[in-house]
Amino acid sequence: MNRSRDVTALAIFGVFLVAVPFIKSDYLFNAILIPFIAVSLAALGLNILAGYAGQVSLGSAAFMAIGAFSTYDLLLYVPHLPFLVALPGAGLITAVAGLVFGLPGLRLRGFYLAISTLAAQFFVQWVFTTFPWFQGGDTSGVITAPPIFIDGFQVSTPVERYLLALAVAAILTVFAIALVRSRVGQSFLAVRDNELAAKVLGINVLKIKLIACAISGFYIGIAGALWAYLYVRTIEPAGYDLDHSFQILFVIILGGLASIRGAFLGAAFLVVLPLLLSRGGAALLGPNFDSGYVDLAEKIILGALIILFLRLEPQGLSALLARFSLNRKATT
Amino acid sequence: MDWSFLIGVVISGLLAGVMYSLVAIGFVLIYKTSGVLNFAQGSMLLFAALTFVSLHEEGLPFWIAFVLTLAIMVLLGVLIEKIVLRPLINQPPITLFMATLGLSYIIEGGAQFVWGTQVHQLDLGIADVPLPLNSILISQFDIFCAGVAGAIVAVLGVVLQYTRVGLAFRAAAFDQYAALNTGLRLPRIWAITWGVAGFIALVGGLLWGARTGVQFSLSLVVLKSLPVLVVGGFDSIIGAIVGGLLVGLTETLMEVYVGPFIGGGIDQWIAYALALAFLLIKPTGLFGQRSVERV
Amino acid sequence: MKLRGTLASLLLATAIGGLPLTSHAQTPTHQQYFPLQSYRVGPYAAGGTGFFGGFIDYMNLINTRDGGVNGVKLTWSECETQYVVEKGVECYQRLKSHVPPPSAWNPLSVGIAYAMIPDITADKVPLITIDHGRTDSTDGAVFPYVFPLLMNPYSETSAIINFIGSKSGGDEKLGSKSIVVLYHGSPYGRETIPIYQLLAKKYGFKLQQIEVPDPGTQQQSQWLQIRRIRPDYVVLRGWGVMNPVALKSAQEVGFPADHIIGNVWSNSEEDARPAGNAAKGYIALTTQATGTRYPVIQQIQNIIYKAHQGNMSDPARVGSVYYNLGVVNGILNVEAVRIAQAKFGNHSLTGDQVRWGFEHLDLSVAKVQALGAAGLFHSIDVTCNDHEGHGYITFQQWNGKEWNRISDWIAPDWAILRPIIEASANKYAAQNHITPRVCSTEEAAAN
Repeated sequence: MNRSRDVTALAIFGVFLVAVPFIKSDYLFNAILIPFIAVSLAALGLNILAGYAGQVSLGSAAFMAIGAFSTYDLLLYVPHLPFLVALPGAGLITAVAGLVFGLPGLRLRGFYLAISTLAAQFFVQWVFTTFPWFQGGDTSGVITAPPIFIDGFQVSTPVERYLLALAVAAILTVFAIALVRSRVGQSFLAVRDNELAAKVLGINVLKIKLIACAISGFYIGIAGALWAYLYVRTIEPAGYDLDHSFQILFVIILGGLASIRGAFLGAAFLVVLPLLLSRGGAALLGPNFDSGYVDLAEKIILGALIILFLRLEPQGLSALLARFSLNRKATT
Repeated sequence: MDWSFLIGVVISGLLAGVMYSLVAIGFVLIYKTSGVLNFAQGSMLLFAALTFVSLHEEGLPFWIAFVLTLAIMVLLGVLIEKIVLRPLINQPPITLFMATLGLSYIIEGGAQFVWGTQVHQLDLGIADVPLPLNSILISQFDIFCAGVAGAIVAVLGVVLQYTRVGLAFRAAAFDQYAALNTGLRLPRIWAITWGVAGFIALVGGLLWGARTGVQFSLSLVVLKSLPVLVVGGFDSIIGAIVGGLLVGLTETLMEVYVGPFIGGGIDQWIAYALALAFLLIKPTGLFGQRSVERV
Repeated sequence: MKLRGTLASLLLATAIGGLPLTSHAQTPTHQQYFPLQSYRVGPYAAGGTGFFGGFIDYMNLINTRDGGVNGVKLTWSECETQYVVEKGVECYQRLKSHVPPPSAWNPLSVGIAYAMIPDITADKVPLITIDHGRTDSTDGAVFPYVFPLLMNPYSETSAIINFIGSKSGGDEKLGSKSIVVLYHGSPYGRETIPIYQLLAKKYGFKLQQIEVPDPGTQQQSQWLQIRRIRPDYVVLRGWGVMNPVALKSAQEVGFPADHIIGNVWSNSEEDARPAGNAAKGYIALTTQATGTRYPVIQQIQNIIYKAHQGNMSDPARVGSVYYNLGVVNGILNVEAVRIAQAKFGNHSLTGDQVRWGFEHLDLSVAKVQALGAAGLFHSIDVTCNDHEGHGYITFQQWNGKEWNRISDWIAPDWAILRPIIEASANKYAAQNHITPRVCSTEEAAAN
C-alpha cells in the first residue's frame, strides 16, 4: 500500500517537474501553482501540529509572517548570505517561535489552546507593524521582496520561481513522509489520541508536543517565505491576518487531518475553488454577473463545505480519494 | 500622579469592558448547555444588526423591526442548532468549534448577500455625550449599555433560578446524560438557548452598531470577547461580566500607561496575554466550573 | 448595466479560459481596455463600489457621448479582490494577457499596488495609485511605470499642516500649537510618522502620535490620552470603522469635531455618517470636491443614469467622495490615453504607450474646465521626474448630511518632501538592482 502510494506520488512529482514547465501560461504558474505550493506547505506544517499531534492552531499566518520577515531580515542584515541559506535559517527562527508559542500547549488542549494561539496571531502582527527594524527601517511600511539570487543566477521568470518552490516543497514533503512514519510520528498520534495512554507507553508527552510545534513552525515559516518571495513578492503584516490562518485550517479540514496528501488536496481545492466559482458565475449568471456576489457565494460555499466535511467526511478529500480508488480497484 | 485622570481611565476601561461582556454572555449560554464554543456569535451579531437596520431603513418602526429581527434571529438559532450542531453531537469540542468557524463564514457571507455591503448609521436616540460630573467624563451611552447588560444578567438570573425552563436549562448544563435520562428534551432546551443567544446577539449588535456604525467589522467583536471568556470562565454568566470588566480595565490601563513606551496600539493583544496568563494559572477562569481540557 | 455585464462576463470568460471568443467582440484595434481590480464586498466595499462605480460611469459617458476616445471605444472588466493582496495578484495574472492589452491598472489598494510593481514594470504597463500608494514612486526616474497621481501620503501630511497653519493665522503661528496624530495600526497608518516629526521640527509645533490598533472598534484609552494632552488639533489618519468610532469617542471625551482633521482615507460619507451627530463639524482633506454640480457629473446623470446605464446601485451616491474620486480617476486615465493617441495614433494602444501619455499628462486649470470638471479637481502636471503631478488639495467640512468645501486649493510643500522621496527611491533602486533613468536627457532627446 505504502509503496504504491509512493510510486504515485513520485509520478505526480515527475509530471510537475518535467512536463508542467513546458506549459506556456504565466497565469498557471503565477496565480495557481506557486500559491498552491506555498499553501500546501503551510497546511503540511499545520497538519503536523493539528492533524498528527492534535494541537489546533489559529495562528498559522503569524508564523508565515515570521518566516517571511526572517528571510528578509537575514538577507538584509547578514551580508553575503545566500538565499538558500537564509530560507532554512528563517525556518529555524520560526521553529523557535513555534516552540515559544507552543508552551501553553503543554498545559492546554482543544479550543483553549486554539484561543491561546490567537495571542500569537495578534502579537506577531503587532510586532512587525510596530518596529520598523524588521522592515529595514523602510518608511513605506510594505516591503517589496528583493530579487532572489541563487549562485549568481536571478530567479525571475514564473517558471523559475515555480521550480524553486517545487524543489523546496519536494524536499520538505519527503521529510514529512519520513517523519510521520517514524517513531516520533507515531508518538504524535499517540499523544493526540490519548495523552495518558501515551505516557503509559513511555512517551515523553511534553517533548513530543514541543517537537511538533517546532517542526510545524519550520514548515509554516518556509511556506511564508515562499509566499512572500515567490508569490505576492511583497511583505506586509496585513498580508498574514487571521483570515489567512483560518484558510490554512480550512485546507487541512477539507483535505484531511493527519494526512500528507490531504494538505495538497485541500490546498489545490482552496486555490482553485474561487477561480472555478468566478468562471462558473460568469458562465451561469451572464448579464447580471457581479463579481462581488461571487465572492460572497464563495464564502458561503466554503463555510458550508467545512461543516459538511466535518459532519460527513472528517478525513477530508484524502479519504474520499482513497475510497474512490478502492472502489475502482474493486470494480476492475 | 493625576488621580482624576486615573479614575477616568478606570471608569472608561470598565465601561469598555461592559461592551465585551454583552457579546460574551451569548457565548456562555450556548457553551453552558451544549458545550459548543460558538465562534459564529460575532457574525450573528453582524447579521442581527444588519437585518434590523435594513428593516428600519425600509420604514418599519423601531419596535416592529426589533421584533421581526428577533423572530429571524430565533429562527436562525433554531436552524443552526438543528442543521449544523445536532448532527455533530458527540464530536470532540474542537470539531464543534471548527464547525462554528465555518458557520460564521456562511452567516457573514449571507448577511452581505441579503443586505448589501453598505455602511449604515444606527441611532438609538441615546446621545454619546459625557455627563457633566466634575472632571471625570462618563458617557450617557456607556451608562445605558451597562444598564442593558445588567438587566440581561438579572433577567437571565431570575429565569434560570425560578422557572421550569431555567431548571431544565440548569439540569442540561449540569449533566447532559443525566438530564436525558430524566426525560428532559434536550433538543428543545438547545433550541431555546440558541434563540436566547440570537436575542443577545441582536442587543449586542444594536449597541455596538450604534457606536461603530453597522458594517462588516461588527463581526470582529467576537475576537474581543474570546479573552473575556477565558478570564471569566466559559460557563459563567457572572464570569462573562467580571471577565469583561477585567479585560476592559487591563486593556485601557495598559494602553494608557504602558503602551506609549513600547510603540502603542497594544490593546489588540494585551487581552490575549491576560487570557493566556489566566489559562496557565487558573484554567477554569474566575468563575468557571467545568473541568478544563488540560493535561 | 446589461451591456456592461455581458461584456464583463465575455471578457472574463475569454481571459480565464483562454477561449477564442474574440469573434463576439469588436475588432480589438478600436478598443482601449481597462482591467478593474474592484472590491464590492468585504470590509472596504463602500470605497470600492464608489470609486469603481465613478470610474466605470465616466468611461461609459465617454463611449456614449463621444463614441469613445477619438473613435476608440473604452472597454473594461472587473474581478473582485475584497482588498486582499493575493486576490488582486491573481486578477492581475488573469487579465494581463487580455486582448486588446490592458491600458493601465487602478487597484485603489496599497497592498495590491505594491505587489504589482515588479510585474507591471516587467510587463511595461502603468500602475495608477491616485491619492495613495508608494510615496517614493513619485520619483519617475526609479519607478517609470508607477503613478501616485494628484497626491502621495507625504504631500497629504504637508497639506494638512499647511491647512492648520492657515487656520491658525499663518505658518509662523504653528509654533504655539499642539497636534495629535491618531493613526491606524498598520504600515499605512505608520507611514507618515517621520514626516510629521520632520514638519514638527520645522514649524516647532508640539506633536504626539498615538496608534489605534486595527480594526479600531474601541478607542477609549486613546481618546483619554488625547483629553489629557489637550491638543489644538487631532489629525485622524484612519481606516474603515476606526473613523466613526474616533468621532464618537471624541464626543465622549468632549473634544470638538471641528478640530479633528481627517486624511484621505477618513474623508468619505461612510466615515462620517455612521457617527451621527458626533461628526457634525468634522473636517477632512480631499483632492476632489463632492457634489453633483460639476458639468461632467451632471452629464453622467443626464446621459448615463437617465438611460439606466449607471453603475451605482444607489444613484444617490453619485457625487459622493469615492464616486467623484472615481470620476477624476476616469478623467486622468482617459486624458492620458488621448495624449498618448496624439503621439502614437488613434487606435488601440499598448500599456507602454499609455504610460507615455501619463508621463505627459498636463491638465491646466483651463483644460480641466474644458473637460467639465472645473472645481471638481484643480489641475495636474505629470513629468518624468514627478509622477505625482503637483496635485492641489482642499478641505471639506461635514454638516451632518454632506460635505462642504471650506478652503481654497492648497499646495503641499513639495520642495521639502522631495529629498526624502529621492533618498527612499534610490534605496529601492539599489536594493532591486535598478538603474534610474536620467529624466533631463530623456526630455532633451524628446524635444
